[in-house]
Amino acid sequence: MTVQTRDEVVLRAENITKLYPGTVALNKVNFNVYKGKVNVLVGENGAGKSTLTKILAGVETPTKGTLYLADKPVVINSFHDATKHGIGMIHQELNLFPNLNVAENIFIAREKTAGGIHIDHKAQIEEAQKILDNLESDIRATAKVSELRIGQQQMVEIAKALALDTKILIMDEPTSALSVTEVEVLFKVISDLKKKGVSIIYISHRLEELVTIGDYITVLCDGNLMQEAPMKEIDVPWIISNMVGEAGNREITYESHKTDQVILEVEELTLPREGRGYAVDHLNFSLKKGEILGIYGLMGAGRSELFECLMGLQPEVKGTVLLDGQDVTRGTVVDHIRSGLALIPEDRQREGLVQPLDVTQNMTLSSLWKFLTGFHINDSSLKSAVGRMIKSLSVKVASPMVIISSLSGGNQQKVVIGKALLTDPKVLLMDEPTRGIDVGAKGEVFDIMKNLVSQGLGILFVTSELKEIMAISDRILVMSDGRITGEFDRESVTEEALVSASAVAHKHPAAMQI
Amino acid sequence: MNTTSVNTAASAGKKSNLKLGMLLLKLRTFIALFLVVVYFSFMAPNFLSMANLVIMVKHVAIYAILAIGMTFVIVTGGIDLSVGSVVGLTGMVAGGLIYNGLHIPVWDVTIYFHLPMVILITLAVGVLCGAFSGFLVNRFNVAPFIATLGMLYIARGAALLLSDGKTFPNLVGKEELGNTGFPVLGSGTFLGVPVSIYILIVLGCAAAYLATKTPLGRHIYSVGGNERAAMLSGVRVKRVKMFVYMFSGFCAAIAGMIIASQLVASHPATGEMFELTAIAAAVLGGTSLAGGRGTIGGTIIGAFVIGVLGDGMVMMGVSSFWQMVIGY
Repeated sequence: MTVQTRDEVVLRAENITKLYPGTVALNKVNFNVYKGKVNVLVGENGAGKSTLTKILAGVETPTKGTLYLADKPVVINSFHDATKHGIGMIHQELNLFPNLNVAENIFIAREKTAGGIHIDHKAQIEEAQKILDNLESDIRATAKVSELRIGQQQMVEIAKALALDTKILIMDEPTSALSVTEVEVLFKVISDLKKKGVSIIYISHRLEELVTIGDYITVLCDGNLMQEAPMKEIDVPWIISNMVGEAGNREITYESHKTDQVILEVEELTLPREGRGYAVDHLNFSLKKGEILGIYGLMGAGRSELFECLMGLQPEVKGTVLLDGQDVTRGTVVDHIRSGLALIPEDRQREGLVQPLDVTQNMTLSSLWKFLTGFHINDSSLKSAVGRMIKSLSVKVASPMVIISSLSGGNQQKVVIGKALLTDPKVLLMDEPTRGIDVGAKGEVFDIMKNLVSQGLGILFVTSELKEIMAISDRILVMSDGRITGEFDRESVTEEALVSASAVAHKHPAAMQI
Repeated sequence: MNTTSVNTAASAGKKSNLKLGMLLLKLRTFIALFLVVVYFSFMAPNFLSMANLVIMVKHVAIYAILAIGMTFVIVTGGIDLSVGSVVGLTGMVAGGLIYNGLHIPVWDVTIYFHLPMVILITLAVGVLCGAFSGFLVNRFNVAPFIATLGMLYIARGAALLLSDGKTFPNLVGKEELGNTGFPVLGSGTFLGVPVSIYILIVLGCAAAYLATKTPLGRHIYSVGGNERAAMLSGVRVKRVKMFVYMFSGFCAAIAGMIIASQLVASHPATGEMFELTAIAAAVLGGTSLAGGRGTIGGTIIGAFVIGVLGDGMVMMGVSSFWQMVIGY
């Protein structure tokens, strides 16, 4: 596909490479921002969209590569540099102070003052109101942000960016929390901004929406630039096929150990979301012994909330969970662990490890009750259990007594897995177990999983990596907005089907609201 | 070939330096104690005499006992500001029970308890004070600093109320009431060693055992190291927190009784600022205020550093104002 360059390029990123320890987030990516156009950036979770926009907004600096602003090379090292060059960003999570009013939020950290001391509230409010009126919103500049609806808060964010005289506006998933009418208003605002010559970088998972609003589209996949094209020339299937990269790339061998015996049965599992709607919306599924059931979905689809419900972390949960015929819907985390559920949390550092403790202490934290004589920890049986676990998971450690933070990410992850396995679980809940670990360690984690199911465990496996989930799962459920929007067998699944099922709820903004 | 061997030699040298550094870092409190002792034995005659050492250890024991309770609280990431007041309150409770007995206005009777019962009730009062702090922290999510600050005022006020601010004097008890023997705690000796030192040894060993060899101890460290991970691993975080505040109250009650027993009197202002000494001893002994790190042994050494510094300055005749500047 050829790119017509009749439109003026206002910002150009050339050969941008960004390395994080252990991963290449962006690999020689070129990105053009056309003046007065909506430049759409699209890709899977972890494709590098956020990293790229953070580089443009000065939050991160590229390892290699150059940015050109109107064909002049520029260095953007900080938020202030970005502001100076007229680049503004609206983050996915709103960055507003709910305890302050709209005008104060708009002028935060650059208040209009008399003599540098006294804040001129009147001038601030007047100017803020002018910007808000231009956006055709009914928000009063004196209203407290906490009193506004999410959609209105989004408007305040936009006003905040515009007050900075922004020429290039980055919008990260601006519609994810908006109702249909609010989305319409936003689109109108965007087209007004375009007329005023503001260039927009637009990120969204709602593919239909992108086709409506976008002028140019850039697709990223695994940190690589896949395609850039004018929106007129392409359609939704084109986007999907470019997003998933080269299909059919299955290197991992997999042999099913699935039995007919149901080990975990989930019926009508429901978790109300704060405000309205459901974070987990009437889920029904079952897991068999020796089965790996993959759960795929985008961020915010309700996967982590599902696991929290299953582990007893959500007291408001409704429905039934049967583990080996026994009702385990209610109860504390301890009850769930003892009845045979074990969780490998998504965020290893925040939820998996106790950093000041050593490998042995971390690994046995969940299962200390197994190594007791009276109330005395029996060191020898504990040490031999840890030794066996270290060997069977092939954790690379100098000694079981070294501090946990001295291990590499992959080995830390194995310790977290070991901790779960020492509780003798019947069902293992793995939330993004391969996140942030290198390729070799990923393979080892998969080997561990395969080994476990061959011993009759059931595994629920959450990931946002398409290739992984297709390679290692017996069955795949796709979640979107708290619901199951697709179920696929290992044999019949395609990446395209997974992606489109995961975007189901995103296609209809109306389904998110009311 | 040559260069690699040089490299390994250099890295080996670096490694051993690193190890030495780690060792020095680990023993830093001990080294400080050693230096302080050496300094005072030169500066103050009689410093190293047996009699003086025993007196010093008796002083240290009180702070060390408080600091042991404090260590567990700090390891969970909390703080207990109430221990000084609880020392005052429990001293007054023990003193009042011996001197006045427990007066029940409804039936207009006064009960005098035997000494073991007095001790048990006093310990229970200390534990209850801790339980109140723990309850505030767990149930209402009050920051430990605030919860225990509240307890500080409650306990001090209660101590003053018990006697209208007066002292309970002469706590020897009466033969006919069967409550004699209280002074033994503070001034009794066994095999020439004060009873309070035995108490410190027993409590120290029990606490060290709890910290290293029981699930509860492991859970205390995990809560301070990463509360969320501990919770997800099946640690009952709230129970653990409740325990550490109750244990700290327990330790404060022991210290309160020892002081009242030493003086054979209890005064409601006893124990003011002790919480800061206890925190200082724990932190000096390597306990991290961020939680997750700290040892009982380290804390006891920390208490010794503070105690020896104070007593040594007294022996050298340093003015008490200067003592305060130096931090005792």
